[in-house]
Amino acid sequence: MINELLNMNGYGLYVWSAFSFTLLSFLTLYYVAKVQYIRERNKFIAKYGSLDAQKAKVARTQTINQEILSGSQSI
Amino acid sequence: MFKLFEPNKIFSITSKAPKYVMVLFILVLSIGLVEALILSPEDYKQSHSVRIMYVHVPAAWISLGIFSSITLLSLSGYIFRNKNFFLIAKSLAPSGLVFNIIALVTGSIWGKPTWGTWWAWDARITSMLILAIFYLLYLIAWRIYEDKEQVLKITTLITIFGIINIPIIKYSVDWWNTLHQPASINIMSNSSIHSSMLLPLMIMTAAFALFSLLIFLMKYNTELIKLKNKGLDRL
Repeated sequence: MINELLNMNGYGLYVWSAFSFTLLSFLTLYYVAKVQYIRERNKFIAKYGSLDAQKAKVARTQTINQEILSGSQSI
Repeated sequence: MFKLFEPNKIFSITSKAPKYVMVLFILVLSIGLVEALILSPEDYKQSHSVRIMYVHVPAAWISLGIFSSITLLSLSGYIFRNKNFFLIAKSLAPSGLVFNIIALVTGSIWGKPTWGTWWAWDARITSMLILAIFYLLYLIAWRIYEDKEQVLKITTLITIFGIINIPIIKYSVDWWNTLHQPASINIMSNSSIHSSMLLPLMIMTAAFALFSLLIFLMKYNTELIKLKNKGLDRL
């Protein structure tokens, strides 16, 4: 059963490599998107933390800033 | 009406959505993989190599769909003077390019056992390669042009030229003698594909669409944070 699934009448190498390439591409794209998101969010946190009291007050008025800081994108 | 789609208002939704989309994607992909690799029958001519169709065809469909959406969004951005459309278009492009590459590579893998060659300058393959070049140009333009107005113009021009290629890809199998077979699935008329193969194809297409939605949301949120970073600089 397993051998049949892997071999697929001699087409296994083609089928499995096509599916593997697809899944590997998905993982790579997901990883890159995730790294870029974390990098930008960390940059935002550092900038937000370095604001003086006056500027921080202005920044706090925007709810989107609070949402970025809360890190609601959890994946 | 477009005020509803303002980045500040929709971030609370787009930032929470990825985890739900991810769960749904894994679920649909798992069902799709079982259907495509185990349950679906082999083809009487192509035997098990037909299973490559379940990744090759959805990837091609989605890359075409994403490029069409990017063009529509870029043009709408100009017509309605709404920069958020450009931001959505920019966030869609990376997954479009990756799906295009998947379609080319898996097509090449499928070509070897079916046609006896990894590559042929066949009308459909060549037009898909041209689409990948347009995707690359679009993404490179966003990276190299610093002037905001200029980048919006250049990227829109790229999509306008690129969209000409979409009907060429679609009808290449009818207009020229190509190695590809004519379309087996027609929305307007009866499809020639058997339902036992259509089902896994549709499930895999749904899984791929969910994945592109997931990447879009992640990229869009990243772009919004980038904008907010610039906003903090200006305070």
